[in-house]
Amino acid sequence: MAKRIEATNVSAYYGGFKAIENITLTVEPKTVTALIGPSGCGKSTFLRSINRMHEVLPGARVEGNLTIDNQDIYDRDVDVTAVRRMIGMVFQRPNPFPTMSIFENVVAGLRLNGVKKKSILEEAAERALRSANLWDEVKDRLGKPGAGLSGGQQQRLCIARTIAVEPQVVLMDEPCSALDPISTLAIEDLMFQLKDQFTIVIVTHNMQQAARVSDRTAFFSIEKTGDPGRLIEYDNTQKIFSNPSVKKTEDYITGRFG
Amino acid sequence: MSTTVTTHRPRPTAQPTTLRARRLPRYAAPLIALAALLVAAGIVYGTGIGGPVLVVVVAALLYLAGLFAAANAVEGRRAARNRTWSALIHSAFVLAVLPLASVVWTLVSKGVERLDGNFFGTSMNNIGARDPNGGAYHAIVGTLEQVGIATLITVPLGILCAIYVVEYGRGRFSFAIRFFVDVMTGIPSIVSGLFVLAFWVLIVSPMVNDGRPGFSGFAAALALSVLMLPTVVRSTEEMLRLVPAPLREGAYALGVPKWKTILRVVLPTALPGIVTGVMLAIARAAGETAPVLLVAGGGAAINVNPFENNQSSLALFVYQQAGDASKYSPARAWTAALTLVALVLVLTIAAKLLARRNRLGR
Ligand SMILES: Nc1ncnc2c1ncn2[C@@H]1O[C@H](COP(=O)(O)OP(=O)(O)OP(=O)(O)O)[C@@H](O)[C@H]1O
Ligand SMILES: [Mg+2]
Repeated sequence: MAKRIEATNVSAYYGGFKAIENITLTVEPKTVTALIGPSGCGKSTFLRSINRMHEVLPGARVEGNLTIDNQDIYDRDVDVTAVRRMIGMVFQRPNPFPTMSIFENVVAGLRLNGVKKKSILEEAAERALRSANLWDEVKDRLGKPGAGLSGGQQQRLCIARTIAVEPQVVLMDEPCSALDPISTLAIEDLMFQLKDQFTIVIVTHNMQQAARVSDRTAFFSIEKTGDPGRLIEYDNTQKIFSNPSVKKTEDYITGRFG
Repeated sequence: MSTTVTTHRPRPTAQPTTLRARRLPRYAAPLIALAALLVAAGIVYGTGIGGPVLVVVVAALLYLAGLFAAANAVEGRRAARNRTWSALIHSAFVLAVLPLASVVWTLVSKGVERLDGNFFGTSMNNIGARDPNGGAYHAIVGTLEQVGIATLITVPLGILCAIYVVEYGRGRFSFAIRFFVDVMTGIPSIVSGLFVLAFWVLIVSPMVNDGRPGFSGFAAALALSVLMLPTVVRSTEEMLRLVPAPLREGAYALGVPKWKTILRVVLPTALPGIVTGVMLAIARAAGETAPVLLVAGGGAAINVNPFENNQSSLALFVYQQAGDASKYSPARAWTAALTLVALVLVLTIAAKLLARRNRLGR
């Protein structure tokens, strides 16, 4: 079930600008992997390369090799929608569909991929909303527009929307940056649950969160603005936070960065 | 932060010492307006240089000056500028609404004379110069059919075209499409009528018509389509571009294919704007006279078949009745004009309501 993701020498460009360079790392199945690093170092870019969202932007392209269970994600014959169905993503900024109700938002992935049966949709919606710790807040207004929720609620709605399609791999780009401590805990709980079956990659600026939830941590950094982001250190979270082997990592984690 | 750094660096803006400011009393503005009106009337009628219109113009200028002076004296310069600008903006609004109100008033007051069952139930067939009745049934049928067919042609074509340009088009071909759509926007209606006359009426339809030219409502619909298409394409294009990219990405990330994303996420989000653009195009087409005259020929009798023989339309009916020598025809022209405006208005409202129903209530 769970998938292993291997990146070898992955570089990504926005037009002529190289945002990340030669990233090589392996995300083990049934683990939570945290990506940390200063703003603008290419964490989102790398995350978006994994499910081929990077290439959606005009002029953006990816080089190098990315595989999921030894299948090349960027192979010419690969169906992009299949990749994205297998590798779900929560974006840095919540983006609920404005014309859809809360319920329709949650089941959008199922519905737009052909699931019609109402009972299945309702069950999936409740399960996803409960996992995202949103069910109690919205259960009485499932027919109301998703854009009418607060920012944090919208973010949890997007998390629910992503896990409703039950992807094998879940990519989360700062999923908790707009959430209160209670919802943050709920999302972290969710990650622990999901980890039993799935593979999770999370970007976070919260060191404690990275230390709490992740099994392995990757530290990205840039030399100076305009340079591409690089992977500085990738190891077990324990090791990274207690005894990093690179000085730069230690500086960043202890807050002595830049 | 640190209180030790309270140096003598001057602040970028002077800090107010109090939040309250002196304000003009609420009755000041109406009072100044009244005074301006009285003074203006005095000046204009006293010197005998004009009538009520000049009074209003002079009063408006006096009001602006008076308001600025009073506000400047009591509230200060910034508040005075603010007041004057908002007064100017309100006057601009009134100026813009005046012609509209005047048009509606003229239409209703003159059109009501022939607003009867006979007008909507009969045609102009066998109506001579001395007959007071006669109606626009044939013209209403013509307008509805021609505009309806033109809409059926342009809406799918225009929306697909815009989707191609926005979502798929990269490079030269899409640039060419945009260029030609822009050129089409500038085509005068008479030229589109001539084009259809030359191409469809005189060349294509004679081939299936034993050599007779094929004047018809459908030909008029074709000419109207040429006029509507660029409006539909451009407005849809603008609306599609307004849909934020993260919405598309949200759908892609769920594994939804691109075409389905466009159909189920992008189009519904842009729908209200698209509907507005389509309604603008329809309103423009419904008011066109020249192309209908050229390729549908007009006609006094009821012809419900848009594919054969002459048809009239409301705009054409107005044109013909307004130029007719009969003393009964101006009334018919006014009522037909009123009908045309009402028709477009009802269609617009209906379309907006439909588009809104698709959106969720906030
Ligand atoms: N759409 C874009 N077009 C051009 N450059 C971009 C685009 N998005 C990001 N970049 C650039 O790519 C680099 C990496 O950006 P990215 O969003 O991956 O950073 P990040 O590590 O996620 O930062 P943050 O922690 O602030 O989210 C930055 O220098 C950024 O300016
Ligand atoms: Mg980011």
